[in-house]
Amino acid sequence: MTRDLRIQTSYALLLAALLATSAMLVRQVDRVRGDEPLQEVLYIPSPTVVKRMSLGYSGLLADIYWTRVVQYFGSKHKAKATQYLLLEPLLNVTTTLDPKLLPAYQFGSVFLSQKPPEGAGSPQAAARLVEKGIQENPQAWRLYYDLGYIYWLELRDPAKAADAFERGSKITGAQPWMKVMAAALAAHAGETETAIYMWKNILNSTEDASLKANAINRLRCLRVDSDVKALQDRVDQFTSQNGRLPSGWPELISTGWLRRVPADPKNIPYQLIGGRVQVAQPDLFPFITRGLPPGRDAGDMPGEKGFKVVKKPTP
Amino acid sequence: MIGRLTAIAYNTYREAVRDRVLYNLILFATLIVASSLLVGQISLEINRIVLINLGLTAISLFGIVIAIFIGIGLVSKEIEKRTLYTVLAARPVRRWEFITGKFLGLVMTLTVNALLMSVGFFAAVMYVSHGLGRGDLSLVTAIYFILLEYVLITALALLFSTFSTPIFSSIFAFAIFAVGTFAEDLRGFAQMATGATRWMMTGAAYLVPNFAALNVISQVAHNTAVEPKLILLNTLYVMAYTAAVLTASVWIFERRNLK
Repeated sequence: MTRDLRIQTSYALLLAALLATSAMLVRQVDRVRGDEPLQEVLYIPSPTVVKRMSLGYSGLLADIYWTRVVQYFGSKHKAKATQYLLLEPLLNVTTTLDPKLLPAYQFGSVFLSQKPPEGAGSPQAAARLVEKGIQENPQAWRLYYDLGYIYWLELRDPAKAADAFERGSKITGAQPWMKVMAAALAAHAGETETAIYMWKNILNSTEDASLKANAINRLRCLRVDSDVKALQDRVDQFTSQNGRLPSGWPELISTGWLRRVPADPKNIPYQLIGGRVQVAQPDLFPFITRGLPPGRDAGDMPGEKGFKVVKKPTP
Repeated sequence: MIGRLTAIAYNTYREAVRDRVLYNLILFATLIVASSLLVGQISLEINRIVLINLGLTAISLFGIVIAIFIGIGLVSKEIEKRTLYTVLAARPVRRWEFITGKFLGLVMTLTVNALLMSVGFFAAVMYVSHGLGRGDLSLVTAIYFILLEYVLITALALLFSTFSTPIFSSIFAFAIFAVGTFAEDLRGFAQMATGATRWMMTGAAYLVPNFAALNVISQVAHNTAVEPKLILLNTLYVMAYTAAVLTASVWIFERRNLK
């Protein structure tokens, strides 16, 4: 070994030893200091200021902020935190820096809407975030889908959910079932006429056989709901005028309240039991909400069970 | 004339590529492009977006830093080393030819650097996307716009180099780059003002280089195509603005007493 090589080797070994020593010391320092509390501080809270400071490279900064969102959510989630104070402001900065960053709206809304400790428990903030995303990306149909689910599952507002699905279904490239969701939710919200209108649209616009069959089934159920309501109104009016319940359909026909025995879409006559209009075979109409036998509500229907989605499915 | 311009440009290029700092910066930029692959892993659903944003930002920023640090010394170094007198006095080189030649030489250097960094960048994109598609043409447009940024900043650095010291030239060049990224905002502010202030602000807003329109990195990261009209207009704008800056540089340089 030449002298020069010996010197070089000595330097390399010394350097490696010193670096290893400093690394060990850092570990000791960490142990002494313990876990530093996670700082809930956003140094620059204004998204506009952050955007100006990016000197035009806002896309990269948005990626960094999005990574920070993921890390922040991950660390809080792991610690089973009940508060996610920085989550909404961080998402706001991220989406202002890059309004086209769709994952920030899609995943961010899930982080915001889920109940603690799974998320921030702020579905209103989640809906605001997705609305912002829709404003910036009106052609991204998946955002309408996300908004629909937030309104439906988290905010329990089927009317707004139906509106979100309906708006999204009109976007080019949207999945056909967006229309189905809109119609289903409109029916769920009690807005029968809207649901009938939307299901008819689906029936006329789709070529898909299963969707057509589903639409026909839904329309039949909606017709049953509508029939039962109209018939029950007449029965109630008869009762209030005569001071007693009608004995059956023949009495209502003979007194001019009805022209013939009413029948459901399968041509099976409706039943009048104790002044209450009922469907003879409710299992044939899985989505009906009216005319069910006593002790059986809409939630027991097989169709309604299928309707209750607990977890948001992947589109 | 063309022969003299080519000779100065080629010599400037040769001198620049000998600079070790240049290689460090290219290596650093390439490492950043490579690291974007790792950054994508610790985030969520943005592997490709982060690669494009980080890669193109690195190419843009490092090129601008190289342009400024080399550009500011192009004239002042020659004066300091007293090599300028040899060139201008002993050879039939006019002052405008010297400035234009230096400018072309540095632009050539930066173009080669950008191409080298782009090779690394596209290799990373191919790795992440498992190939290149027709939509990736917009990435080429973004790199072309970055080259236009280099052209503008080189001309500006050269302008400051003709009348100021290297330190002040670099400060001026960085400052004007920063102000240029706010060009669109400045025009917005001018519209809100009234009277003489409005005229002055509008003038200032159009005087600063429009770097904002040359940055389409976020756009291409989301696979949004760049309008062909924007490519044409940006090219014409950079040509016109660069010609104006070079004219100012030559004008100042012609008036300088180099003895």
